[in-house]
Amino acid sequence: MSIDNSTVKKVAKLARIEINEEEETTLITELNNILGWVDELKQVNTDSVEPMLSVFNESMQMREDKAESNFDNSQILDNSPESNSGFFVVPKVVE
Amino acid sequence: MNDFENLSISSAIEGLANKNFTSLELTEFFIKKIEKNKDLNCFITSTFDKAIEMAKISDQKIKENETRSLEGIPIGMKDLFCTNGVRTTAGSKILENFVPFYESTVSNNLWNSGAIMLGKTNMDEFAMGSANTTSFFGNVKNPLGSKVKELVPGGSSGGSASAVSSGLCLGSTGSDTGGSIRQPASFCGLVGLKPTYGRCSRFGMIAFASSLDQAGPITKTVEDSALMLQAMVSFDKKDSTSSRQSIPDFSDFKKLSIKGKRIGIPKEYMIDGLNSDIKKIWDAGISWFKSEGAEILEVSLPHTKSALPTYYIIAPAEASANLARYDGIRYGFRHNADDLNDLYQKTRGLGFGKEVKRRLMIGTYVLSAGYYDAYYLKALKVRKLISQDFEDSFQKCDLILTPTTPNVAFPIGEKQTNPIEMYLNDVLTVPASLAGLPAMSVPSGFNSEKLPVGLQLIGKPFDEISVLAAGAVIEESRGF
Amino acid sequence: MTYVIEGKKDSWQVVLGLEVHAQISSKSKLFSVASTNWGSDPNTQVELVDCGMPGALPVINEYCVDQAVLTGLSLNAEIKKLSIFDRKNYFYPDLPQGYQISQFEHPIVGKGHINIEIEGKVKKIGITRLHLEQDAGKSLHDQDIKNSYIDLNRSGCALMEIVSEPDLNSPIEAAEYVKKLRSILRYIGSCDGNMEKGNLRADVNVSVKREGEKLGTRCEIKNVNSIKFIQQAIEFEAKRQVNIIENGEKIIQETRLFDPNKCETRSMRSKEESHDYRYFPDPDLPPLIISDEKVNSLKEKLPELPDEKKDRFMREFNLSSYDAEVIVNDKDTALFFEKLVKGRDSKVVTNWITGEVFSYLKKINKDMKNSGIAPEKIGSLIDLIVDEKISNRQAKEVFHEYMKSNDDATTFIEKKGLVQLSDQSEINKIIDKVLSDNPKMVDDYQNGKDKLFGFFIGQVMKISKGKANPKLVNELLVKRLKE
Ligand SMILES: [Mg+2]
Ligand SMILES: [Zn+2]
Repeated sequence: MSIDNSTVKKVAKLARIEINEEEETTLITELNNILGWVDELKQVNTDSVEPMLSVFNESMQMREDKAESNFDNSQILDNSPESNSGFFVVPKVVE
Repeated sequence: MNDFENLSISSAIEGLANKNFTSLELTEFFIKKIEKNKDLNCFITSTFDKAIEMAKISDQKIKENETRSLEGIPIGMKDLFCTNGVRTTAGSKILENFVPFYESTVSNNLWNSGAIMLGKTNMDEFAMGSANTTSFFGNVKNPLGSKVKELVPGGSSGGSASAVSSGLCLGSTGSDTGGSIRQPASFCGLVGLKPTYGRCSRFGMIAFASSLDQAGPITKTVEDSALMLQAMVSFDKKDSTSSRQSIPDFSDFKKLSIKGKRIGIPKEYMIDGLNSDIKKIWDAGISWFKSEGAEILEVSLPHTKSALPTYYIIAPAEASANLARYDGIRYGFRHNADDLNDLYQKTRGLGFGKEVKRRLMIGTYVLSAGYYDAYYLKALKVRKLISQDFEDSFQKCDLILTPTTPNVAFPIGEKQTNPIEMYLNDVLTVPASLAGLPAMSVPSGFNSEKLPVGLQLIGKPFDEISVLAAGAVIEESRGF
Repeated sequence: MTYVIEGKKDSWQVVLGLEVHAQISSKSKLFSVASTNWGSDPNTQVELVDCGMPGALPVINEYCVDQAVLTGLSLNAEIKKLSIFDRKNYFYPDLPQGYQISQFEHPIVGKGHINIEIEGKVKKIGITRLHLEQDAGKSLHDQDIKNSYIDLNRSGCALMEIVSEPDLNSPIEAAEYVKKLRSILRYIGSCDGNMEKGNLRADVNVSVKREGEKLGTRCEIKNVNSIKFIQQAIEFEAKRQVNIIENGEKIIQETRLFDPNKCETRSMRSKEESHDYRYFPDPDLPPLIISDEKVNSLKEKLPELPDEKKDRFMREFNLSSYDAEVIVNDKDTALFFEKLVKGRDSKVVTNWITGEVFSYLKKINKDMKNSGIAPEKIGSLIDLIVDEKISNRQAKEVFHEYMKSNDDATTFIEKKGLVQLSDQSEINKIIDKVLSDNPKMVDDYQNGKDKLFGFFIGQVMKISKGKANPKLVNELLVKRLKE
């Protein structure tokens, strides 16, 4: 598997990470190396092996349907870079 | 003033109980020591005022005979655990000024046991690293290095390990995703225990790779490890992967004899590039167990070689989703822009460091359309095989003994050019992580340059007691 | 009747598949304890998971799981013993975790079906699946010129996404499907079905094809939140697609938005980018295991569903299929009917409910549930009609006024002086007066001008101020005119 410029660009866009040209060049090499290295897994025979989603094998604990209010609006917004009238604020979203 | 530098938690508990010193004295000692050793860069945020306040409360409790299990014991808290009202950064610029308004279950448990927080320890950014060279807050130095040759403390819990090793606190918390407790413990000559997945709640612990992350203690002794572990674990309703298995009294490890226990030696851990000094210490370890009456047998973990590549698919994949929330909207660093996508991309492009971005790119790629089956699904299947290997081996043996790392602490700046070289640090710790097993690194000897070497003990699920008991055997046998 | 769009060249069929999002009627959210109350101040019902705080973890709400199972059972669907929660990854300001917890490959409910009825014909509509997922928060775009405002109160609320097979072929079928689904959800109480509040909304997949052709390329119209809009959106979108194909162009598979003001659909710019949601199992949540005991105990809680109730009403009360359908559609109306019909004629009761009561509800803009109408209030009025104490016409005329009053029917008509005149001699007196006042008309009638009968009735009613029992007037008048 070989990763080229356009793949790196596409993946960076999916991950919402801005990368400059220099980073892009480095990443192409690094990702190719890393993916080339993990490619050795292809040699492992996994026919009829079930994927292991988790090592946790206890059943899922469920919660009772009870509403709580543990935090107030000011706590929720306190760390936000921009807020107004109780809302988080972001640059205009186009639908 | 007493010198508390070499004090263990257990002897501090004794000293406090016998009124040889107060928690306030202890705490003030460590505060001074931290200030004197700022160059090690162990702490991102110090919480001295809070510590003194807590110490006074502890002294009062001791006076009133209401002593809790870790009453008055000053510790370091890895900056991955959210602490109410205390900045929590995960070593990242993107959380540079994040102040949680809630407390992680593990830290909460520790405070409820009377432990005292000296500060938040430095770490690799989002726990991604094996040398503590990826922190936005700078490298951490290993106290065992020198001015001429500055050494890494290991990572990602490097600040925690360096702090305990240099006597800046009595113990500290770490988190281990692929070896982040065990490897720095080994590099700094400490005991580092990663419990079974599910033993410690992950609530409030900033996620790296959710199916692997586990909190654990870094301490000077095996006994301290048991003491801290006891305080950290709990079944937590706030974490759906928190185990309901009963919690034993971990100090029972002292009663457990290793005689007649079967210790497995996996031949596949005899990897190329295993340092010859480390190989010697591994052999020594085997002989110690033999003379204690344990049965030594060879076991096979045939998929060991595949563990690291498997890990480097699964962990980045999970991380790519876990770190999507750092978008500059609700908290943390934000790079303003007129356009929302610009805001996202610049915030994340500038807020994350190189290693994190590298892993987010890999994680995004292996999950993306067309590659999921070839990488992610394949890795999940190989993970099953790796886990199966351990299950098979544990049919024959009770514990597995291996080196913790293929090498000792290396100079800061080394292994920085090729990421894979850095990743290889974790080659011996990652398999147990993938299988969710309890594993501990115990100082077992020194290489020719007097740098510490740890041996790793891997146990059956939820059998931390046997791991601790075997660790105690190493402590008694190693001759230092 | 098949729905066909006549293009310039060909006739076209429409193929529709619906993804209905139904908010579960839980007190707290799917994975957090935050309240689901509607209309609170922004960001006041937000727990750590709902705003994606570092270290926050999801813990599932058992009530929501139960409601999904109940709903699955009522859709005649297979309940999966094991299902898995996945992360659906995308960036959007109202999606604080950067992913939505949903179910992708292994949903909690598998294949099922429901029946819809149009003009007496029953059609079976396949259900592909039902899965549980988190709702997103809300973005407000019109508060500010440069910015959007984010409210996370809805973030994390439990949704059931119910996906239909592409079995629907007309706007009316789609409408009936949503109505039926909503009716079922309300019967079992898993969702209040309030489309205005967005508690029930549909993504509509539309494609067109010529008869005998394979399925065409579809477009998905997102988040349509009224039954009328669903129909309008389909009509517009199907015609748009026909035009494109007949002009020799191709349909691009895309996500579109319905604009109710312009009554048109348009491409969504924000969703233009190729979707790559990178679904993978959420490592924070173990598989969801549903035990047989749980399924069985929920089965026992399952109420009589609309179709069963309809059959029973037709059997027990001799209702027509149409009337029964109209009555059972709303659970509270059905309940009302059953109370009202006790000891009364079912045909009369049905007519009153589907006529006067429905029009009254429409006027006061309420549904049966929140109207607070007591069955006795209507019952006592019907009883007076049957006892010929008041005429049907009079009752209808004063109905709204009666509904507003606090009086029972007897008191009300007494106060209004509406008691029906059923005394034969009184009526005969009026008839005598009418006949003697109009001798010429009587002559004409007796010489064959039958139409004049209505005139005499009218005169009698007028003089009695509408109180005379019309049936009696009729009888007596016939008798007198024969004399
Ligand atoms: Mg949809
Ligand atoms: Zn959905």
